[in-house]
Amino acid sequence: MLEFLSANWNDLLVKTWEHFYISLAAIILGVIVAVPLGILLSRVPKFAGRFISFIGILQTIPSLAILAFFIPILGVGKLPAIVALFFYSLLPILRNTYIGVQGVNDSVIEAGKGMGMNDWQSIIKMELPLSLPVIMAGIRLSTVYLIGWATLASFIGGGGLGDFIFDGLNLYQPALIVAGTVPATILAVIADRSLAVVENKLTPEGLKDSYNAV
Amino acid sequence: MLEFKHVYKKYADGTVAVKDLNLKINKGEFVCFIGPSGCGKTTTMKMINRLIDVTEGTILVDGKDITNQDPVQLRRSIGYVIQQIGLMPHMTIKENIVLVGTLLKWPEEKKDRRAHELLKLVDMPEEYLDRYPHELSGGQQQRIGVLRALAVNPPLILMDEPFGALDPITRDSLQEEFKKLQRELDKTIIFVTHDMDEALKLADKIVIMRSGEIVQADTPDEILRNPANEFVEEFLGRERLIQGKPDVTTVKQIMSTSPVTVQTATPLKEAVSLMRDRRVDSLLVVDEDNVLKGFFDIEMVNLNHKKVTIVDELMETNVFSVAEDSLLRETVHKILRRGMKYVPVVDDHKHLKGIVTRATLANLVYDTIWGDGTEMEENSRVME
Repeated sequence: MLEFLSANWNDLLVKTWEHFYISLAAIILGVIVAVPLGILLSRVPKFAGRFISFIGILQTIPSLAILAFFIPILGVGKLPAIVALFFYSLLPILRNTYIGVQGVNDSVIEAGKGMGMNDWQSIIKMELPLSLPVIMAGIRLSTVYLIGWATLASFIGGGGLGDFIFDGLNLYQPALIVAGTVPATILAVIADRSLAVVENKLTPEGLKDSYNAV
Repeated sequence: MLEFKHVYKKYADGTVAVKDLNLKINKGEFVCFIGPSGCGKTTTMKMINRLIDVTEGTILVDGKDITNQDPVQLRRSIGYVIQQIGLMPHMTIKENIVLVGTLLKWPEEKKDRRAHELLKLVDMPEEYLDRYPHELSGGQQQRIGVLRALAVNPPLILMDEPFGALDPITRDSLQEEFKKLQRELDKTIIFVTHDMDEALKLADKIVIMRSGEIVQADTPDEILRNPANEFVEEFLGRERLIQGKPDVTTVKQIMSTSPVTVQTATPLKEAVSLMRDRRVDSLLVVDEDNVLKGFFDIEMVNLNHKKVTIVDELMETNVFSVAEDSLLRETVHKILRRGMKYVPVVDDHKHLKGIVTRATLANLVYDTIWGDGTEMEENSRVME
């Protein structure tokens, strides 16, 4: 094992970086799209239900198939991998944003409106901070899933730790499989923990006590 | 200050929440809207700051039609306190209090000063400014909710059952505190409630609504005295109407019309024997036209019986009396506070008409508790 590590050390670092990079790009895109979309959906609750179940259907398409679908459109490499993973990140973030914003106490919203907040101020000053713990939970869930699924990127030439795993499968070398799996797991754990720290930083002081109590 | 002119609120499904509402509210008035749920009282209030838009008619605030104003600006100029308090859980008490100031982009030191000023109004220590709403009790939270509405000193404040969610004791003290505050600050208050006791306690004017229409709009006294119809009576409740009765009973209705009197220039000896015969310890002195001149009691007789021969020399001329049409509750108050045994009742020209004694009051209390209040007149006549 040590022998293997010393021989492939360099390769392992590069693949881990690739893996991290693909996942991160996808998740950032997901946040940029899904959070505003979730807030928008909370303004039209009638339409929101249908829209979210439609995204849910997209999610049920096997990930391998999605990756394959993107080959004719975007070719092979990192870009189609990132785009495909981005679609998978959407649902948890979107749903949590929608539920989080919907769940903000109506009386608080009414008070804000009655005080003279416009829509923008209502979102920035009340709805986002108050739903942040729920939104962050969606982002964390998405991130952990995505780091797992990013191994599939290797199928369409996206690189990442998936390369080790598939090589190991093809060549029947368990050491390679382990070398792909363990760093991916560690990556997922680190990402989850870091996001927990971020969440704690971003959660407004006033919510922390009541939140921890739950 | 605030005027409703033929205001209607109709919803798309055909329900009419408010029907042809006309009402004028003066500056500094405390107006309670009251009625069963679904009577349109909250809708009426929310139309003022355009949380709900008027379908037909106009609402004028300070003479200006609210539909011509930007709703966001309008709301910032009107204080608003809601039922479930609605403090921002993620903001400190200070940030909550000066929220409207923040929206109006007040400088930091101005907000700071205002928050300190306001917190003093409700006698809460300054360290609360940096706490969060969930660290406060319900009563304290609603105090902050009220302060928040006062922050930018709006002349008009809307309150939607603000004390409804509090326990009775806290509610009571907050009501008193708030009424005091309102008098000091001279604000116009629109207060929605379903609690008649609250309305009677706080309001200068009560607006009773049913299915979108005003049934009666008047002062609490006037509503208790002359309920517009059965609905109002029922809404007030039988108990309150009986309780309300002494409030509007005049002295004339309950006084004893045959006080024991002596004419001026009556010899003292004769007066004393009259006292003994009628078993009273004091006498009212009147002249031949029955004009009240004074009084004396048995103690004064004891002290001076050797020096005087006629009642005029003995009597105390400085006698406290009340008019026939003065309210009973005020008279009771005076009797109790001055520790008097009785008070003579006179007409405009000081003619003696009757007397209210402590025994009359005892009878009245008896009737209020056990009787239905209608017997009290007969009872007090039989007395003495």
